[in-house]
Parts: sequence; structure tokens; C-alpha cells
Amino acid sequence: MSTAPGSVIVLRGIVKRFPGVVANDGIDLEIRRGEIHCLLGENGAGKTTLMRILYGLYQPDAGEIILDGRRVRISSPRAALAHRIGMVHQHFRLVPTLSVEENIVLGLDEGTGPFLNLPRTRQKVAQLAAEYGLAVDSKAKVWQLSVGQQQRVEILKALYRDAQVLIMDEPTSVLTPQEVDQLFSTLRNLVDDGLTVVFITHKLDEVMRVSDRVTVLRQGRVVATLPTSATDKAALARLMVGREVVFRLEKARHAQGKRVLDVLDLHALNDRGLPALRGVSFSLGAGEILGIAGVSGNGQRELVEVLTGLRRATRGKALLERMEITNRSPREIAEAGVAHIPEERIRMGIVPNLSVRENLLLKGYRHPPFSRWFFLNAHAAAENARRAIALYQIATPSDSTPVKLLSGGNIQRLVLAREFSGDPRLIVAAHPTYGLDVGATEQVRQLLLKERGRGAAILLTSEDLEEILAVSDRILVMFSGEVMGTLEAEGADLGEIGLLMAGTRQKGGAV
Amino acid sequence: MGWESWIIATLSRTLAYGTPLLLGTLGEIYAERSGVLNLGVEGMMIMGAYSAFATAFTTGNPWLGILVAALVGGAFSLVHAFATITLKANQVVSGLSLTMLGLGLSGVLGRGWEGKPLPVPLGEITVPGLSSIPVLGPVLFQGQNLLVYLTLLLVPLLWFILYRTRTGITIRSVGENPGTADSLGVNVARVRYLCVLVGGMLAGVAGGYLSVAYRPSWTEGMTAGMGWIVIALTIFAFWNPVMGLVGAYLFAALYHLSFRLQPWVAPELLRAMPYAFAILALVLVARGTLHKRMGAPAALGVPYTRGEE
Amino acid sequence: MKGLDSFRVERRPDPSGGVVVLVSLLAIVAALAVAAGLFKAYGVSPVRAYQLIVHGALGTPLGLTETVRRAIPLLLCGVGLTIAFRAVFWNIGAEGQLLLGAIAAAGVALFSGLPDSLLIPAMFLAGFLAGAAWGLVPAILKAKLGLNDVITTLMMNYVAMYLVEWLIHGPWKGTQMRGFAYTDKFPDAARLPLIPLTRIHWPTLAIGLALALLAYILVTRTRQGFEIRVVGENSEAARFAGISHVKTILLVMLISGGLAGLAGVGEVAGVHGMLRSSAQISMGYGYTAIIVAWLARRNPLAVILTSLLFGVIMAGGDVIKSSLGLPFQLINVFNGLILFFLIGSEMLMRYRVSFSWRRR
Repeated sequence: MSTAPGSVIVLRGIVKRFPGVVANDGIDLEIRRGEIHCLLGENGAGKTTLMRILYGLYQPDAGEIILDGRRVRISSPRAALAHRIGMVHQHFRLVPTLSVEENIVLGLDEGTGPFLNLPRTRQKVAQLAAEYGLAVDSKAKVWQLSVGQQQRVEILKALYRDAQVLIMDEPTSVLTPQEVDQLFSTLRNLVDDGLTVVFITHKLDEVMRVSDRVTVLRQGRVVATLPTSATDKAALARLMVGREVVFRLEKARHAQGKRVLDVLDLHALNDRGLPALRGVSFSLGAGEILGIAGVSGNGQRELVEVLTGLRRATRGKALLERMEITNRSPREIAEAGVAHIPEERIRMGIVPNLSVRENLLLKGYRHPPFSRWFFLNAHAAAENARRAIALYQIATPSDSTPVKLLSGGNIQRLVLAREFSGDPRLIVAAHPTYGLDVGATEQVRQLLLKERGRGAAILLTSEDLEEILAVSDRILVMFSGEVMGTLEAEGADLGEIGLLMAGTRQKGGAV
Repeated sequence: MGWESWIIATLSRTLAYGTPLLLGTLGEIYAERSGVLNLGVEGMMIMGAYSAFATAFTTGNPWLGILVAALVGGAFSLVHAFATITLKANQVVSGLSLTMLGLGLSGVLGRGWEGKPLPVPLGEITVPGLSSIPVLGPVLFQGQNLLVYLTLLLVPLLWFILYRTRTGITIRSVGENPGTADSLGVNVARVRYLCVLVGGMLAGVAGGYLSVAYRPSWTEGMTAGMGWIVIALTIFAFWNPVMGLVGAYLFAALYHLSFRLQPWVAPELLRAMPYAFAILALVLVARGTLHKRMGAPAALGVPYTRGEE
Repeated sequence: MKGLDSFRVERRPDPSGGVVVLVSLLAIVAALAVAAGLFKAYGVSPVRAYQLIVHGALGTPLGLTETVRRAIPLLLCGVGLTIAFRAVFWNIGAEGQLLLGAIAAAGVALFSGLPDSLLIPAMFLAGFLAGAAWGLVPAILKAKLGLNDVITTLMMNYVAMYLVEWLIHGPWKGTQMRGFAYTDKFPDAARLPLIPLTRIHWPTLAIGLALALLAYILVTRTRQGFEIRVVGENSEAARFAGISHVKTILLVMLISGGLAGLAGVGEVAGVHGMLRSSAQISMGYGYTAIIVAWLARRNPLAVILTSLLFGVIMAGGDVIKSSLGLPFQLINVFNGLILFFLIGSEMLMRYRVSFSWRRR
């Protein structure tokens, strides 16, 4: 690809590898001056990695970066800013107790040494704010601002440093619809003034609304680069998720059993106090695997947490065979027969310094035979460990080995052994094969299928669409805290799934 | 004693006793603002007291004593900084061990210096003219020494640096959110080292003031827990140098008055007040917006490792 | 020209138990080596000094009993601290909890009017409860308001100290004493029996040893101990497993404060026979117990050994004062050095420092 005049950034053959995965596999990308260019893709497509390379947070393993016709090396964010590339991250880099203007000048060398020139700063900020519609009270402390206002501060930070290219990583995930409108008009102002915007997103609506050109990434490669006017949502969706072959696991077909889980109009807030679940409803039967598809950050985590008692629901109900489990403690829910395979197995699922035997007790230690009055029954614990290690093939030197020394796969086998004990009625499995090698992945999936065969109802969330397609009986797609639609996994149309994942509701479909 | 002379005497002693408290508090404020808890203040103070006395005694120059006290306090604090910032050791234990070390070392080294009066203490200053102002004159301008004035001047200076300069923004960001500061190019470790050093040097000077100016002599354990009061005062001041001034002088006044008020209030209860008040202060700002406005620096006591957030 | 580009500190996989013991010993040796330098500076031969200490603390019957006597409060406080530290609650307040135990014991001994046979059990009970209550305050503040445990426990120490001062100068001032401030002597029935020819108040010692064993059983074999360990090791997993963080912290500080309170009872009823100034009652037992617990790697049974070690050091301090004329404060130097080298070595054990060089 030759460097056309007007190309401000050209990425050629960018390769970036992480242990076990190639995040960027030879990417060619060309950004033109004065355009709004969207990077579209689902989880793991490589969009954030690519932009982090551009912003100097990562170094590429191969390939080159060409800015304004010259090859450059961007070794750090400072270097990126020196090249006038700025980035607004998904998680803001702000210090809440400092004021807006203090945050803007933090780390900046303005040549005045330790002294500030606040009037000049304020003036420049006011000027930028007026020019681009980024009104904000520069004396306010950041913790006092709304999320939308905080994002404005992040943009101002980049503009204050004379950024000419602005990279925005999923900027609308934290905004209200009004704030999204405002952001888009700001972006248009910026672009009218000759700046360039690169916009990472998974939302098709936004792509169609605001971009000039769009590049679709899939599994680390560029699938297509198109002018937005020359395409539509359906086509983009297909490009985003399209695959050659869809691999599905051999499963026994069986009639759906009785209803195990009913979720009715569930509402919940996320950690920031914004709505994460906005009226989710579905049901799940015994012996069924329901896969929750969707780009991460659309409410899946909060759904899992509400169902396992780790998060309050603000409205709505979840019923386990007609027993209400909403807003009960994790312990009560576990004892009602709900197993939870946590998303972050090391942080939440195990106690790294304790032994294999002790970790296996974490779920059932309160009950006989494991404890009687105050005392733990060491014999029962050892017997339990022996059985679990054999049954689940946990590779460990002994049952007193600290769990942190086990490999990821074996840790997950331990978690499964523990959680599946007691024949739970409902299994909530969040990203169960994340970070596991092929063999362990296969084994985990087989174990899930075994539970399915036993009659457990399984709710599966995963960032990996392949996995959802391979394992589930039915698929439910979430976007922005709502159910976009449900469909049978067998013979599911990828294009339709893509559309649902990217924000288009199913026709006549579930709400 | 007439009322007026009583007030003058009290205020005058308050100023004198409050100075080392204020010095220590100002230093600890800076250390904690950068996120490092320094429980070694007591050890640094007493080592400062000893080294200032020993230097002043042998050289006859009290100011040299103060300088050495600053250096000694600084050296101790560098050890603490190395342990907690570079080696990422537990800040509580590191500070406590340095206090034990300082108390023990000064006790050992100081043996033999006890009871000897300092021939050349830090001189008292009387400012002609200004000292004739009613009430304030004799309090401020008669019989105080230069360190008192310097300390008073330090307050607005340190306040200005912390709140109105780029340096201050950097310091505060490191104590609140070192990850963010790091990603913006701030050298978190260097900022913390410097702040801990400032804390240690000021603690040393505070101790030196005690042995060279306030009560020119050396006694084992002469700081009598002042370092711990400093820790309480830092909290009570909500990590603000100006509030530190208020707290330090308030406590100094209470301490001095505790003898006077004996018929009405037990002096021991008065002396327990800064500690109880510190807890009260923490409770008051525990939640909500007050916490954000006035609470402890968010990263206080937590070692920082890049990528571990 | 090569220049140091940066150095990185990265975690090393867990060291084995043998390595831990070895490194702890090395830390102690390092501290002794530095202290030897101090002895040298005073013109005292370090070898002679250490010989004297070991002989004085362990070689004579008197020395041995003094060592044990010093170890008793360290044992009780230390065991309590291992429990607190297991839940990652930094109880720096053992000193204050000890004093509260002493106050409660004094109150019962002097003013309760209980029949003689009940006095001692009542004192122990009151001391436990008072220490526990003093420890529960910071625990509640942390559990409910998230207040920093280090600062609150530390501040409570000084409030306790002044409480004692107030009592002995004020309401509880002794009628029979002149000059120094202390309460009246406890009645004989409120004095703990001593092992003949020594100053060891054996009931407290027995309680301490029994509780060390009980604490070990608690931590390793009971449900509550399991929960404490989970909360301390990984609070996220604890939440996941439905363990109540609040209840665990409260339980832990109840035990830790209570044990320190028992130590206080032992001191006033076994050693002094009256309530006197806090500096004389406690002598930094609460702070030294932190090192004791740390060195014992939070194992209550190991505290028996480490408290004895520090008992030796403290008794040794008496020896060097009387025989060598060196100040008692030297043991503070020891303690500080040991603690410092301990945490320094811990870091070296757990982390690997790697340097990277860059061509300039």
C-alpha cells in the first residue's frame, strides 16, 4: 500500500504477540488526515492492542509506523504526544481529588519549572473548550464531575498537548445518549478543524453515524477497510463475526427439562453507579446450556454477579425453580444449588497460598462431613481431595501443595471439581476457558457437557464467540445491558448474531 | 500574675513548644501526601536531638547542630525510603523498626552527655520596636529564636508548593493515584523518595530544636513521644500544612495549659486529646464527599508496582 | 558505554520452609553483627558482651527465670498478634490492650469487693474483656468505616497510656504511697503465685502456653481458623465463598486484644502488685511482640520460641546494664535491627531484583 498524500498515519505489517496469542497478525492500516476512522471488531480482534502500539504503550514485534511520510518509533506515551497523537482510554487516567486544570497539566513540562501559570492554562482551556464544545469548569475537582464531563477533561488533556490525532477507545460505553450526541458533535468540530479521530468501537450504530471510513478487524487481521457510505450494518456485522467454519461439539440431543432459572426484568447498576442491566429477562431449563454472547462490558459480568449474590439487583427478580435468589447472600445462593465458575479464577476462585485440599473445601466446609461444631474433619477433607484429584485429573504433586503453584488448567479443574460437587442445579460459568491451553479447554468443555447430561442448567458467558457457538444449545445476545435476541445455536446465522452483538434488536424479538 | 502577663506567657510557650511539633507535622504531611507512611518520625526526631546536641556541644555552633540533625534525620529516612519504595517492604514495620533503632541508638550514643548544659544554645532574639506591640509583641518578638520564625515561614511556603505549583500537583497525584501519574510520565519512586527525605530532615530539625533551643540539654528519650503526636497531628490536619499549624499550636497550648487547668481537667486527659481527636477526625471524613475533600491520600501505605493495578 | 537502564523487582516463587528459617537466622546474625560494631565503638569486646548476655540470660538460674518472666507477656501478646496478622489486621495496639487489661485487673483487685477466692479468676476475665474491648474499637472502625487499622490501633495506645496516668495520679491514687504515682498495693489474694525462688508468675505462663496451643489448633483445625486464613490470604475469594469479612475481623481482634489484656493482668498481678506508670508496666512489650509474631511467621506455636528469644534479649539488656555499664536502650537497637533485617531479607527472599543494562 503506498502512502497516499493526506495519510497522516500508516501502519504496515504490524505484528504483536502475547504469550499464547497473536493479537495483531500483520496489520496494514491507513488513516487519512481530517477523517473520523472507526476500528470495528469484537473482543480479541486486536483493536485496542493496535492503538496501544500507536500510543506507545506497546512495542510491535514487527512492522512499521509511518507518520506524515516518515518512519518513526513510538517508545512511550510521551513520545506519542510529541508526535501529536493523543489517546482517551476506556478507563480514564485522572486523579479524582485534583481539579480539572491540575489534571490537565499533570506531568506536562511547560518550561516554567515547578511554577504554574494558571491564568494562562485557564485561558487556553477555555479557548479549546469553546472551540470544540467541551464546556467544563476548570476549577472543579474531578470527582465532582459526571462521567461525560470527565471524558471531556481527558479530551482536553490531549488537545492541550497539541494533539492532532485523537484515539478514542470505546468512548461511548460510559455515556448517556445525550452525552453521546455531544461527543459526536465535538468530534465533528475537531475534524472540521483539521484534526483526525480514530474511534474504537463495537457498536454498528455509531460507526454508521459518525465515521467517514471503517476498518473491520477480526482475530488480529484486517478484514476490510471501507468508506462508511459504501456499506451498511448488515454487511459490517457479517464482516465482524464471519467465519469459515463453525465448529460445534458433539452433544446428545435431549428434550429440554423443567425450567430451572427464570430471570424477570432484572435491573442493576455497575460499579460506577450507571445502569448495567436494563430489564433482562430469559429462562433456562435443566440440561440446557445458554450461552450469553456479546462484547464484554455490556452487562454480562453484572448479570453473573447478580445471579450469584455478589451484586444487588435494583429491580426485577431471579427465580431458581420458583425460589427467589435475587439479593440473597452468596452463601445462601450456593447452598440453594447454584455453582459459580468465576471469571477471574485466581483473584476470586481460589486462595493462592492455601493448599489444594483446603481450596477444595472452600464451598462445603461449613457442613458435615467436613466440619462438626468448630472442628474441621481433616480425614474427610483428605478423602475429598483424593477423590477430586482423581475424578478431575488435577495434576498436583500432592494435596497439600499451595494452589498457586498449579498451572491455569489445573486451577480451573480444581474450581470445577469444587463447584460441581453436590450436583448443583444451576451452573453459572463465566469465561471458563479463558487463558487455558487447548487440552484444558477441551476438558473443561467436556466437563460442562457432562453436567448438562446430568441435568444441570448452565449459563455460560464468554468473550469467545467461537466457544459460545460450539458449546451452547441456545444463544442469548446482550448489548448495553439488554437482551437483543435469542436464537438456537444449531444453524445460527452469524450475520444475525453480529448485528445483535452490535446493537440491532431482533425483529419482533425479545425485549 | 496578672491576666495579661499570663496570656503572654502562655502564648509564648505555645509558640516555642509548638515549633517542633509543627516542623515534624509539616514533614510527615509531605511524606504521607506522596503515599508513604513514615512511622519512624519518633526515631528520626530523637536522633536529630542527639546529633544536634552533640555537634553543638563539641563545635560550639548550635546552627551546625541543627544542620547535622537535618542530615541525620534525612539519612534515617532514606533507609526507610529504600526499604519501602525500592524493596516494597511493609511501611508500618519499616517505620517501627527505625523508631526502635533511633530510640535505642540515641540512648546508647547519648550516654555520658546527659546533664551537661549546652554552652551556646540557639540565641534568643528580641526585635526592637516590634516587641513593644501590646500582647503580640512580647509573644512573637521577644525571647523567641530564629527557628521559630523560620518554621512559621515554612508553613505558607510548603502550602504554596503543595497546592499552587506543578511540584505539588505531582506530589498529590503520586499519593492519590500513582498508576495514573506513572502513565503520564511522572517518576513515582523519585517523588516519593524526595518527600520522605523532606519528612526525615524536618523531623531531624524538630528534634534538634528540642535539644539546642527549647531545652538546651540532652536527656535520654527527651522527645517523649512527640513523634507519635506528630503522626496524630498529621491526620488531624487533614494533610494540609496550614491546618497543621493550627493543630500543632492548639496542642502545644493545651499541653501548656494542662498544668494550669489541673484543678478543672486532669492533665493526662488533655494530653490524650490529640490521639483521640485524630481518630475522631478520621471517623468524620470516613465517608462521602468529605472523604474525597479531606481524607487520606488514597494510596497511602500501599507500595506501588507498575502494572499491578 | 554501558549504563544502568533500570532494574526490575519481580516475584520469585514461594521459598521453602527451610529457606525461611535460614533467612530469619541470617537476619538475626546480621543484626548481631551490626550491634557488635556498636559494642566495639564503646570499647567493649563484642565477644565478651555476647558471652555475658548469653550467660546472664541463660546460664544462671536467676537469669533464666528473668528470661522466662520477660517472655510471658511477649508470648501472650505475640500469640494474639499472629491471629490478627493472619487476617491481615495490623494490630499495632497490643501495647494499649495490655494496659487496659492491667487497668481492669487493678480495678477488680482494689475495688470490686469480691471474695478472695474469686479475685484472680475475675481479674483474668476482666483483663481479657477489657483488652478485647479496646481491640474491638479499631476493628469496628475498620469493618464499618474502612478506617486504617495501623493508625487507629496506634492512637488507641496513647489514649490507653494516658488513661493509666490519669488513674494513678487521680481517682486511683494510692493512699499509702508518697512521691511516685501508683495505686495501692493489691491485696495478697489478688497477687499471682510465683514459682518459688523466682519472679515467674506461673498462672500467666500456663495460660500463655495453653493459649498458644489453642491458637494453633484454632488456626489449623477449626472452621473459624479456616475462615480467618481465607480472609487474610484473599479477601475476594473470601467474599466469593460467603465468608463475612466483618465477623472475621471482629473475632480476630477479640482474641488478639483479649490475649494482650491477659498479659496486662499478669504484669500487674504477678510482677508489680499495683498499677503504676505505663512505661514501667509495659516497657514496649506490645511493640516487641510485633517482632515476636513476625519472626514466628504467624505460627502460634513458634511464638513460644521467638518470645523466649526476645526474653533473652531483654534479660540480656539488664545484664549489659549492670555488668558493662551500657544503657538498657541497646536492646532497642537490637530489636530495631532485627526487625529491619527481617523485612529486608523477606523482600530479598520473595522478590528477585534483576538489572537491565543499556548501551548508552
